[in-house]
Amino acid sequence: MTKVTMTVNGKSVSAETEGRTLLSSYLREGLGLTGTHIGCDTSQCGACVVHLNGRAVKSCTVFAQDVAGAEVRTIEGMANADGSLGVVQQAFQDHHGLQCGFCTPGMVMASAALLAENPKPTEAEVRHGLEGNICRCTGYHNIVKAVLAASGQDVAAVAAE
Amino acid sequence: MPKDTGIGASSKRREDIRFLTGKGLYTDDLALHAQAHAVMVRSNVAHGKIVSIDTAATEAMPGVLAVFTGEDFVAVGGNPAGWLIKSRDGTPMREPKRPVLAHGKVRHVGDAYAAVVAETYQQARDAAQQLADDTVIEELPAVVDMKAAVANADNRVHDEIPDNVCFDWGWIEDNRAAVDAAMKAAPHVVTLELTNNRLVPNAMEPRASIGEYNTGTGDYKLTTTSQNPHLTRLLVAAFVMGIPENKLTVVAPDVGGGFGSKIYHYGEEALVLAAAKKLGRPVRWTAERTESFLSDAHGRDHVTKIELGCTKDGEILAIRTETHANVGAYLSNFSTATPTFLHGTLMSGPYKVPHVYVNVKAVFTNTAPVDAYRGAGRPEATYSLERVIDMMCRELNLDPFEVRRKNLLTPDQFPYQSPVGLMYDTGNYQATLDKACDLGDVAGFEARRAESAKKGKLRGMGLSTWIEACGIAPSHLVGILGSRVGLYDAATVRVNATGNISVMVGAHSHGQGHETVFPQIVADKLGIPESSVEIVHGDTSKIPFGMGSYGSRSLAVCGSAMDRAMDKIIAKGKKIAAHMLEAAEGDITFADGKFSVAGTDKAKTFGEIAFSAYVPHNYPLETLEPGLEETAFYDPANFTYPAGAYICEVEVDPDTGKVDICSFTAADDFGNVMNPMIVEGQVHGGVGQGIGQALLENTSYDETGQLLTGSFMDYAMPRADDVPFYTVDHSCSTPCTHNPLGVKGCGEAGAIGSPPAVVNAVIDALHRGGITHVKHIDMPVSPGRVWQAING
Repeated sequence: MTKVTMTVNGKSVSAETEGRTLLSSYLREGLGLTGTHIGCDTSQCGACVVHLNGRAVKSCTVFAQDVAGAEVRTIEGMANADGSLGVVQQAFQDHHGLQCGFCTPGMVMASAALLAENPKPTEAEVRHGLEGNICRCTGYHNIVKAVLAASGQDVAAVAAE
Repeated sequence: MPKDTGIGASSKRREDIRFLTGKGLYTDDLALHAQAHAVMVRSNVAHGKIVSIDTAATEAMPGVLAVFTGEDFVAVGGNPAGWLIKSRDGTPMREPKRPVLAHGKVRHVGDAYAAVVAETYQQARDAAQQLADDTVIEELPAVVDMKAAVANADNRVHDEIPDNVCFDWGWIEDNRAAVDAAMKAAPHVVTLELTNNRLVPNAMEPRASIGEYNTGTGDYKLTTTSQNPHLTRLLVAAFVMGIPENKLTVVAPDVGGGFGSKIYHYGEEALVLAAAKKLGRPVRWTAERTESFLSDAHGRDHVTKIELGCTKDGEILAIRTETHANVGAYLSNFSTATPTFLHGTLMSGPYKVPHVYVNVKAVFTNTAPVDAYRGAGRPEATYSLERVIDMMCRELNLDPFEVRRKNLLTPDQFPYQSPVGLMYDTGNYQATLDKACDLGDVAGFEARRAESAKKGKLRGMGLSTWIEACGIAPSHLVGILGSRVGLYDAATVRVNATGNISVMVGAHSHGQGHETVFPQIVADKLGIPESSVEIVHGDTSKIPFGMGSYGSRSLAVCGSAMDRAMDKIIAKGKKIAAHMLEAAEGDITFADGKFSVAGTDKAKTFGEIAFSAYVPHNYPLETLEPGLEETAFYDPANFTYPAGAYICEVEVDPDTGKVDICSFTAADDFGNVMNPMIVEGQVHGGVGQGIGQALLENTSYDETGQLLTGSFMDYAMPRADDVPFYTVDHSCSTPCTHNPLGVKGCGEAGAIGSPPAVVNAVIDALHRGGITHVKHIDMPVSPGRVWQAING
């Protein structure tokens, strides 16, 4: 076992790891940050997306020991300092962009990274940008709408609300 | 003006806050002191005889605490099927035991025959691999294809069932001769053979269970990913483990989607309880996604021949179907109801069809069990019907919209006794069809088609008009139909001393938003703020009883129970008000959160009544009990009948066969709508799954029973760029006539109505593009299949 230290949501943290411990397991089991979810075993579903040194990554594709010292942000670190929902989180609530909530942390993290790179994406860019995240509940309609709304674009014209 | 609170308001979901901040607590998120980890050992062959399992090396591995095999569960009961179906000849279905762990034989890839419990997950996993290496399984020929399974009496999934047939069901058998005669006499008969593709539900949260056992009290606790914790308690306690129900608590905490797959009791739930008892420690198990693919109950998997007899101008005279329905290797809890009473009873759709006969052979195969998946039987019926009607239109050169209009039931025909056993209470199918045509801009289609043609694309439009039976279900009816349970639901409304309310409901929310919607209804009826109402669900120790959430039943059945319990609260409140206001009980009225003496200005607020109930300093105790808490059980009088019209437009690339969905329009009648935002979200999700079935998803077993699509790398889930924005509408409402809220249910609609709309659109695109030799393409209508159909 090796102790791995990194910065998660602005705090220096550490936990014991095996060589095979994935970043996702490090967060969930080592740190008790269970907001990062595991939805598959092939790095396909995106429920485990976190920000690693500012970039969205599937935390199940990263060994914890390989990213010692990194800056990691998880869903638990996405709210505003006063505890209110961040812009992307709030847009997901306002536009009913989640149902069961299981894919939601990964969706929010992927969306936030998408918007950081492309602040005014088109619908097609949002859909393309989120194709690494699977949602089984929403049919993606309200997720795409929420991301467009979070970018400050008018979504009133989008059908059905 | 949209409402901003109560019934009909798009109240934002309160549960979202925890989900959006990473504070949801799903089963796998719950870490327990001294917990041990279980890993299942699963068969890698579809059919085999277990020759030997040598546990010695495994037991000696680091951290290993216990090894279980099928031998350990021989004495306990089997996991039962919830419905007893009888064959046409009156004989009961064949019902092989479904053990906790396979014993003697393994019957599908992924069939668990052993489990290892260790200190850590990784140790358990390593040990499970060792045990697999130390197990000898003699592979037997696999039974995969259903028709071959029935034809070959020597190759048996279960040794005692020679033709692999679970039942051969006729609905309604007495109508068979009349249907045959009507079909023979029909001026035109359309015949279509189709497959309703097997699907893997793939709720995003994999199944997980934690067993706990208190050695001091003998109490068990099961925390599990369930849509219906009380039903799981009943199955585990009474049928499998022989535990008294009062010694077993089942908790389903936050559950990450179900779509049917988490209705059922699975062996892992019994395993973790047995292991917890043996070790005196909590034992947890969480499926990897691959295990979900291999061992969750799958959906659909019908092979059907449907015949439709009609006049030359498209009046439907008779429908006859023959279906082989795959039940997989074992009977999952609802597996026998799904292809029968959730399928055959819908085979006349929203149409007036005088003669209908349905035959279903349920067949055992060496594949994962098949059970209810979003829609459950009704999508299969709708798909068969809507495809064959489309084919009729093509053969007779009739307009599919006009043919629907000609055959749809009209509002004056309700209540309508269908020829397949249901009594539709109300509906207006023309209205939803008109609405869909309007919203989908059917009139503008030709112009859009011309634009597509300029790009070299073939554009087509597909229609589906559908109905379902939801609000599952009237116990008196399902009892006649073979159900071994009642399908009522229950709710307790607990008014606390300070006037806020806890409602304990038997329905379970795993995405549906009950925590938001149910308080809207309570607030509306009792005249208090939504924020004063909290919903408690998913814990058998806190809730009176319940049959859970599936079959679009939560509001129609459990919501009705809640409404009835509120009636009792109001009645009790009137008694209290009469006492406090020194008036006759009959003179008390309740409105806008106030109990008033009719014709006077004397009144007490709801909060004052509640406080008085818990501070009863001067109650006449002989006639008035303290407290304000009421329970109601509600058993529906009938099914509910949501219905609608769906229009899909696609572009087909004739060079590659790729299908793009250009637009999807859904006009639904769900009766009264409690929260439009949530209802629309349910339709979006259902349509997304329906598009997935129609274009992408396929569960493929090879001839040896190996699952070829066992991961998200191989099984095409719909992703954000596979689907469009949908246009949905629920304004054509005919409220349900027999439940107090007038609701019909909306959870499954999208998945029921959409697959035929998509496939009809693809066939339409090909025909309009001059490719008229293509009569049908089985789902998923993948680029390869479309290309082959075009060029075949």
